[in-house]
Amino acid sequence: MEVVDFGDAIRDGEMRAYLGRRYRLSASHRLFCASLSEAENRSVYGKCANPHGHGHNYTVEVVVGGEIDRETGMVFDLGRLDGSVCREVVEPFDHQNLNTLECFRDVVPTTENLVIEIRRRLEKALPQRLIVQVRVEETSNNFFEYSP
Amino acid sequence: MILLTRRAEFSASHYYWNEAWSAEENTRAFGKCANRNGHGHNYTLEVTVAGEIDPATGFVVDLKQLKDVMEREVVSVFDHRHLNLEVPEFRAMIPTTENIAVAVWRRLQGKIPGKAKLHRVRVYEMENLFADYYGD
Repeated sequence: MEVVDFGDAIRDGEMRAYLGRRYRLSASHRLFCASLSEAENRSVYGKCANPHGHGHNYTVEVVVGGEIDRETGMVFDLGRLDGSVCREVVEPFDHQNLNTLECFRDVVPTTENLVIEIRRRLEKALPQRLIVQVRVEETSNNFFEYSP
Repeated sequence: MILLTRRAEFSASHYYWNEAWSAEENTRAFGKCANRNGHGHNYTLEVTVAGEIDPATGFVVDLKQLKDVMEREVVSVFDHRHLNLEVPEFRAMIPTTENIAVAVWRRLQGKIPGKAKLHRVRVYEMENLFADYYGD
């Protein structure tokens, strides 16, 4: 029988765990940098620079971590997490054209910049040091993670 | 008879809007899908053909040729495009999942290689929403 030593965490009566949740939103975007020429944009972004934009079903995955509350057995209130993510992320971005949103006025709405913006919003809305990881899947082949 | 299905993906933007209606009627019918700035999806397309197995090859259809037909007739036209603004059939037809399935059928009808027949077109707008069209 293998004995697993959880070290100080369990001896102190704490257990740190991680809770992950997925959210979905559908949005369009165009990858285009105004300071580059049409040819340069085409070279950098390929068909993602097509003038009328294109779209994705994005999956946003949020991982929070902390001690397991002894009374509730939970790391964090899931309803409160859902409420914050829906208010700060899903509602503003779902069924939108990202290029028309204020937060992307000066940055190209690549999924790299999208994951950074999502993390920034959630860190303002949720307790400090709660968020461990934010990941955004743009397609089944591309995903982006941000852990500063 | 064997049914064979080939899958392809494309990413496109669209909106739902009926020009004959007021803005209020469009919003009531289509909700946030009526946003004229558009939104988008990763679509999954499944093309199903039906036929008998060729005894020489063991195939119902030449998959490379089927893939090329799908790419030429559908994916290259729809992928990374705005369906309402850049695909001709959606100038007069709302690019709902249902209408996209019909449009794809019409593009592929008569172009399936060999003896196999087009049996079904399925279009997923999202993983939990799809439309099938059998050419009726």
